[in-house]
Amino acid sequence: MSEITYLEAIREALFEEMARDENVFCLGEDIGAYGGAFKVTDGLMAKYGEQRVIDTPISETAIIGAAAGAAHMGMRPVCEMQFIDFLSSGYSILTNYVATARYRAMLPCPMVVRGPSGGYVRGGPFHSQNPEAAFLHTPGLKIVYPATAVDAKGLMKSAIRDEDCVLYFEHKYLYRRIKEVMPEGDQVVPIGKARVAREGKDISIITYAATVWKSLEAAEQVQKEDGLSVEVIDLRTLLPMDDEAIVATVKKTNRVLIVHEDTRTGGVAGEITARINETAFEWLDAPVLRVTAVDVPLPYSPPLEDYVLPQTSDIVLALRKLAAY
Amino acid sequence: MARSGAVPSPAKARGSGSRTSDLSREQQLELYYYMRLTRSLEERLVNLYRQTKVVGGLFRSLGQEADAVGSAYALDRSKGDILSPLIRNLGSMLVQGARPDEIIRQYMAKGDSPTRGRELNIHYGDLVRGFIGQISHLGDMVPVMAGVTLSFKMRKQDRVGLVYVGDGATSTGAFHEGINFAAVQRCPLVVVVENNGYAYSTPLSKQTAAKQLVDKAIGYGIAGEQADGNDVIASYEVTKRAVDRARAGGGVTLVELMTYRRKGHAEHDNQSYVPAGEIDKWASENDPIDRYVIRLRGDGFEESEITSVDQRVADEIDRATDAAEASPMPEPTDALVGIYADPPEESPLWFRQGIKSAVEVHERPSSWGTHDV
Repeated sequence: MSEITYLEAIREALFEEMARDENVFCLGEDIGAYGGAFKVTDGLMAKYGEQRVIDTPISETAIIGAAAGAAHMGMRPVCEMQFIDFLSSGYSILTNYVATARYRAMLPCPMVVRGPSGGYVRGGPFHSQNPEAAFLHTPGLKIVYPATAVDAKGLMKSAIRDEDCVLYFEHKYLYRRIKEVMPEGDQVVPIGKARVAREGKDISIITYAATVWKSLEAAEQVQKEDGLSVEVIDLRTLLPMDDEAIVATVKKTNRVLIVHEDTRTGGVAGEITARINETAFEWLDAPVLRVTAVDVPLPYSPPLEDYVLPQTSDIVLALRKLAAY
Repeated sequence: MARSGAVPSPAKARGSGSRTSDLSREQQLELYYYMRLTRSLEERLVNLYRQTKVVGGLFRSLGQEADAVGSAYALDRSKGDILSPLIRNLGSMLVQGARPDEIIRQYMAKGDSPTRGRELNIHYGDLVRGFIGQISHLGDMVPVMAGVTLSFKMRKQDRVGLVYVGDGATSTGAFHEGINFAAVQRCPLVVVVENNGYAYSTPLSKQTAAKQLVDKAIGYGIAGEQADGNDVIASYEVTKRAVDRARAGGGVTLVELMTYRRKGHAEHDNQSYVPAGEIDKWASENDPIDRYVIRLRGDGFEESEITSVDQRVADEIDRATDAAEASPMPEPTDALVGIYADPPEESPLWFRQGIKSAVEVHERPSSWGTHDV
């Protein structure tokens, strides 16, 4: 078996799920004939036709709302946001209608909303966002954000098969940089389960998406230069959060660094910190630290973007600070 | 009239549905039944509201019963057609099979209401009977029903969807996105715009510069028709044409039904913004039920046929009220159930572990101005 990219892994999952279940269909802007802005859906329309691969008007509210209506009737829609930044254009119907449907009206809403997310690509304020925290605060949604190609494929399969709405964030910096050999057969990655990306005993990094790779780099560096053994937890799913995995790593290393690419205030790291504080405070030998983006819209120019986003050197600095505490 | 805009005066709206309607005698009487049931049920709800038995607000459709009932009646329940109502569409839901006891339970926030106490008033649905509950964000049901009808098209089902919006909702982005999407996809969808002249306190003239809302159909490249919403037969016929068009693959139709909201946005609303005499004029000259009774008499229906419907409605509402009043309130911990299929329920927070009811342990100070129901 040859390696495929993170992007191709997502595409493979879509092809396989559409073959497995005729209720699965895709809708989004420019996803059909053009194959999507990043070519994630390339070839889907040729195979499954324009009835199941629908090019839509520029209408995030209609895409998400129509997916919800079709999902009520037993379909399994997969919506593409051309960039996840545009998810905010469908924010109301997603949070008010979709997320509440099962609870307030006993209406199932099995659907996926996916799209290219994240920075490190010089995309500027509207093609680089990580809006996961806004939706972490919305009961009724699930959120996954894979870092590896295997997880990208397995989580897409789980997301499509889930009985509720799953937001599937895919990191565009990883699209063509990450390559892996896929496991044989129909492999799903369960929603709600974190992954130990690197075993360690001195300090834990809890992270997800692109910063998993920066964290692994930093861990490698402090291993060599400082003799520190760093564990890296890749959350993979943000909602529901894998509290068990978080507490397990806290108990193992007693020092925790949380790393994410999204801005700091009200971010996922704050929520993780609160959970550790409430459930495992006595296991800590140091305060929980955060390495995140600073609270600004993401700027375009390389020196600016590099300054704002977390870099490997920031993580190394934080690890040394925690080790010395 | 002090108001400008497209709402007709009662006199102008006097056009009637055709005399050669395809409706049988039984069906014509059934239309009367649903309109009478709508009005009487809402009157009963007003009584319960004044007795403080309705927990939240109360929304009336007084004067709009014909447009709600007539339009919904155009759907084919045997084919599995589905509608999504708005807050003035109690009548439409009753046509689809919603029951008075369910409505009263909803208003009274009972544990055995269709939403188990989660949602208010007529915000509930049932896919089997063919209605999908609305949410409060106006316009959102248009994209949702675009998706419902998209599924009909994808599965080659012979089904039609109908979604209600008011004059106010036509200003929302969701209305535009949903109707445009459905138009492009040629979904079997009927969009009924109930133009009742007001969105809360805002008159049509402050809602839109359009001369009439049916004109919006042109911009979407879809069929558009307008009819007298206070004439139940006209409402039925215009919607039936749209339903038939949708079922035949002709795509979306925008139907504007002209009517008038005689009560406020909700029961608390004193309608101080309505020009003097306007409500009385509509009540005395253009009540949809009065008009239909005159028509029935003219068509040879016996007085006893009409009064027996009235009696049947009164009995049903009495029975429904008794059943709803006897219903239990929800168990507090049911609040934790069913946000997801998996996990099926949330864990109680640490400070609620082992506690069955919040108010047993947290008395609300009277200074909050709230009281427990």
